[in-house]
Amino acid sequence: MSFEEYKNLWVFVETEENEAKNVGYELLNPGRMLADKMGAELVAVVIGGQVEDVAKKAIEYGADKAILVEGEEYYNYTTDAYGIAMKALVDKYKPATILVGATNNGRDLGPRMACDLHTGLTADCTGLDYIDDPEDKMCGNMAWTRPAFGGNLMAQILCPDHRPQLGTVRPGVFKKAELVEGRTGEIIREDIHVDASQIRTKLIERIEEVAELVNLEEAEIIVSGGRGVGSADGFAPIRELAELLDATVGASRAAVDSGWIPRAHQVGQTGKTVGPKLYIACGISGAIQHVAGITGSDVIVAINKDPEAPIFEVANYGIVGDLFEVIPALIDAIKKARG
Amino acid sequence: MRICVCVKQVPDTTEIKIDPVTNTLIRAGVPSIVNPFDACALEVAARIKDKDPSTEITILTMGPDQAKEAQKECLAVGGDKAYLCSGREFGGSDTLATSYILAKAIETIEVKDGKFDLILGGKQAIDGDTGQVGPEIASHMGLPQVTYAMEVEIDGNNAIVKRESDKGYDMISVPMPAVITVVKTSFEPRYPTIKSKMAARKKEIAVLTPADLVELANIDLAQCGLKGSPTKVKKTYTPTRNADCVMIAEETAAESANKLAGLLADAKVL
Repeated sequence: MSFEEYKNLWVFVETEENEAKNVGYELLNPGRMLADKMGAELVAVVIGGQVEDVAKKAIEYGADKAILVEGEEYYNYTTDAYGIAMKALVDKYKPATILVGATNNGRDLGPRMACDLHTGLTADCTGLDYIDDPEDKMCGNMAWTRPAFGGNLMAQILCPDHRPQLGTVRPGVFKKAELVEGRTGEIIREDIHVDASQIRTKLIERIEEVAELVNLEEAEIIVSGGRGVGSADGFAPIRELAELLDATVGASRAAVDSGWIPRAHQVGQTGKTVGPKLYIACGISGAIQHVAGITGSDVIVAINKDPEAPIFEVANYGIVGDLFEVIPALIDAIKKARG
Repeated sequence: MRICVCVKQVPDTTEIKIDPVTNTLIRAGVPSIVNPFDACALEVAARIKDKDPSTEITILTMGPDQAKEAQKECLAVGGDKAYLCSGREFGGSDTLATSYILAKAIETIEVKDGKFDLILGGKQAIDGDTGQVGPEIASHMGLPQVTYAMEVEIDGNNAIVKRESDKGYDMISVPMPAVITVVKTSFEPRYPTIKSKMAARKKEIAVLTPADLVELANIDLAQCGLKGSPTKVKKTYTPTRNADCVMIAEETAAESANKLAGLLADAKVL
């Protein structure tokens, strides 16, 4: 394998029903920084039904170019159609690095691509870097940082002998760059069609559950409850505070596993990774798997009865006390301050 | 129906503690368990078997001899037989090498026992959390895959999979043979009975060695273990903690709450 042939950094911008998933735009932000460090171009790869708008927007978010593949067969994700298209694109253009959002579909496609291309993939990265120090014998490689053992351990992973190097990154780990309206770049159309007979899975039905849509990854403020909430009814003050702050309600695994709140609210290693401006953890002890999902928050507030709770080790502000006293008091205080 | 369930024995990551002095993982005394998502995959298989009792469920594990303990648990809750894939040549494998070895192990079992209709596993293991081995097995074997399955029903030659999506779920049909990975299901894995535990003890656990995989599946040992792994771990470390939490401890909850609201307003987050 001649590494010189492999250039540029790709961000796979996932679409579904012609809409982009936010994580694709988010990844263009670290992607821009990495591409500059590599001295390479940042290329957005956009596959979907009719998604030229997404390609344009990817350029406005910082991509130098976009590769656009459109077709009915890409309107909804399938492993086979997307796998075939990505393989064809990689074989033709030979990118050095590909970033993929760690959505369910991204985590379905990533390993399929890695195996088809016989290369390494690092899952759920929380840190991305490019080694450009000529003194370092690993110079020229990506350094992927990811949590393992339920967030107890961080590992730095390299893929030194294979190209492209692949990584998935969870939604919410990076924030989108400022969109530069009217920013232009080349859009390269690739005519790749996958015959229906090559797509082995069939979507029979799509069910959207009408239950409240929980958008933790995009939330500016999150108020979360854990074991200390004690019951489903115990979430009432948390919901009230969330409503007052126009915030989203989150929960720890303990609260979800106890059946107090649906799994869609779960924050942490096995739930959602979040990066709000403010994260208020109520009655959450701060198990490492929860903490792994909230460290991207700008400010963390912890309210817990136990002064020894590990949540205080990651919080910026802490109150030792009963959440059922502190939260109503906090609601009053905020209302008073607002007049 | 013939189903292969891939099961990993993992340390119970919720029991792992950090040594406060050395800042490293304390692995001693951490119990080994069946990866919980694999247990859900086995339950999915067992439910298929409940409907079609002619179904045979084979448990496949890669790991050291000690992993037989996890396999015995699986044999008590639906598994009919088990194969342990074990050998020094396999140690240090990343996901690409692991999935290659497992694909070759499946091929080997198919030579001995016949083709599988379904290959199931958990969506990820709780120690590595990569979620890559399932799709990579499918890719190595050239099979279709469905990940994030919540339920699986059999309809003739197809598996009908309820797949978790961002907004709800998709119903997906996939022709068998196929690889399906399973999330935490809404139903709990069944418990063993005393009778099923006793029966499990009598069931065979056959060991597949590198030599077996060379003989029956023509495995390329250069693609196994550390040397066959494209990803390399450069370093590991325990995450750092912010120790400068501002503790607010006024006389009453109301005063503390007032102070917090003031601090958050000053920090411009409220």
